[in-house]
Amino acid sequence: MKEENVIEAEDLTKAFGDFTAVNAISFEVKKGEIFGFLGANGAGKTTAMKMLIGISKPSSGKATVAGFDVYTQHQSIKKNIGYMSQRFALYDDLTVKENITFFGGIYGLSRARIREKRKQLVAELGLDEISDKLVGSLPLGWKQKLSFSVSLIHDPKIVFLDEPTGGVDPITRRQFWEMIYKAADQGTTIFVTTHYMDEAEYCDRVSIMVEGKIEALDTPKNLKQQYQVNSMNDVFLKLARTPSPTLPEGKGENTVIE
Amino acid sequence: MKRFIGFITKEFYHIFRDRRSLFILFGMPIAQIMLFGFAITNEINNVDIAILDHSKDATTEEIINKISSSKYFTIKQIITREADIETVFKKGKIKAVLNFEKDFSRNLIKEQKANIQIITDATDPNTANAITSYINAILKNYQQSKNEDIQQPYQIIPQTIMFYNPELKSVFMFVPGVMTIILMLVSAMMTSISITREKELGTMEILLVSPLKPFQVIIGKVVPYIFLSIINAAVIVLLSIFIFKMPVEGSLFLLGAESVLFIVCSLALGILISTIAETQQAAMMISLMGLMLPVILLSGFIFPISSMPTPLQVISNIIPAKWFIIIIKGIMLKGVGMAYIWKETLILVGMTVFFIGLSIKKYKIRLE
Repeated sequence: MKEENVIEAEDLTKAFGDFTAVNAISFEVKKGEIFGFLGANGAGKTTAMKMLIGISKPSSGKATVAGFDVYTQHQSIKKNIGYMSQRFALYDDLTVKENITFFGGIYGLSRARIREKRKQLVAELGLDEISDKLVGSLPLGWKQKLSFSVSLIHDPKIVFLDEPTGGVDPITRRQFWEMIYKAADQGTTIFVTTHYMDEAEYCDRVSIMVEGKIEALDTPKNLKQQYQVNSMNDVFLKLARTPSPTLPEGKGENTVIE
Repeated sequence: MKRFIGFITKEFYHIFRDRRSLFILFGMPIAQIMLFGFAITNEINNVDIAILDHSKDATTEEIINKISSSKYFTIKQIITREADIETVFKKGKIKAVLNFEKDFSRNLIKEQKANIQIITDATDPNTANAITSYINAILKNYQQSKNEDIQQPYQIIPQTIMFYNPELKSVFMFVPGVMTIILMLVSAMMTSISITREKELGTMEILLVSPLKPFQVIIGKVVPYIFLSIINAAVIVLLSIFIFKMPVEGSLFLLGAESVLFIVCSLALGILISTIAETQQAAMMISLMGLMLPVILLSGFIFPISSMPTPLQVISNIIPAKWFIIIIKGIMLKGVGMAYIWKETLILVGMTVFFIGLSIKKYKIRLE
């Protein structure tokens, strides 16, 4: 059985003036994979991801996501992917149910389907008692799980998770990864960026970006063998270098370009 | 003490490194003094007036010359019938009409008195008063200069008519202006907070990644505020009518429609502000400080634009409030219909389209 590629990137590049944030990266992600996209701060991860989710135009190179071209078909890409941002962005002054209804709506789900999904999500996450509470009053762990579920509300083929476990305790992180596994088992491809190297171990394959280039791309097991170390943490330490402090002002993936 | 000084030093760093606070500290006071100094004036300059001369003789010609050569008045039009007076006022440019009776010279010589009517557009009572007293002064002056040479002193008897506002109620001037200001401020502020709030919370990114198209997001943000602002406007109009006894000479429907247009224009301006501002606070500040003062001063709401120096008059043209005040005064006090205000309406429509278009474009740029 030939596994289809849901993400394909070939020499994908993004430059801001004379600073190249993403330097001709090439990789593929197969359907149903949990793909970890790792790298130090400023290495170009977020910039690369922005190109894949259709909110940033590449400077050069090719890429397709869910079969759609990132240059010309980003509207279609957006309809077929899910996205969970670092800040678990949900509307704090809307209730759990209202948030679900809203996101279902903008992804074009019918009213009946939204109702169905709402019931399903509330039940799965155990939110029955607080479904009418404002999301702002939920603890971080709940927001995170809700945010993830909402990103899947339209049953997308791929879901992009940007540092989804920032700031949550280890137990919640573990539960979260169980949710990820469940989604992957059902055929959703997971593209996740993370700082936590132990989470890198949970992925099927990982790539490590350093200063705009992909320096490693393999399963965690193979990488550990290749670098003769026992943990992904150590692989990372061998590869990743923090960028120099003289990074041009206003460039780099962690600058918010508004 | 050292700790304290260390703290003060830090505060200075904050102030000097923040362009915005520098602007407030130095830029704004200077700008305000300039604006206030030039804009606030109770004098009149270059007021457009019209002449209705039933006599067309030597005396009237002399008087007309005297008036036109003064810096206070510009004779813009000559009309020939009484019926034209209202037309000319409705058009809005002419602020006063001088009506010389028939046989002016002959009456002066034979009966030692002649009549002249000073008919002013009193929708702005301050200006109307000023015009009247200046004209009276010129007439008196002329009278005196003539009376030096002749035996029988004669009198030019001016009759003052305050059109549209016989009681010179200043509320007639204020209410349209205040309504405009409130609608503009509230609308602009509300919507400018709307987008910046998404930015601050981080939900903006989610919207960008979603299948929602840019124009859907922008227009979607404007729509709820339209409904709420309409209710606001209705309340203001009702209060004006019942408490301040403002007339609505023209069509209520037209008033409503133009108000909706202005509301949308202000909302669009608010959206534009929010694409520029980074935080909700900045958006509010820009809306309040950046809009309120220039609008109050330069919209012609209190201080007549025609009395301001030319550069300010030119700037006043880009303020939507200026055009709406003309429209709303016209409809409420003069009873004009679309025929007289189509130009101003078109300008407002153009501004709205421009603001919305620019906002959508800026929103799209975030996507690059």
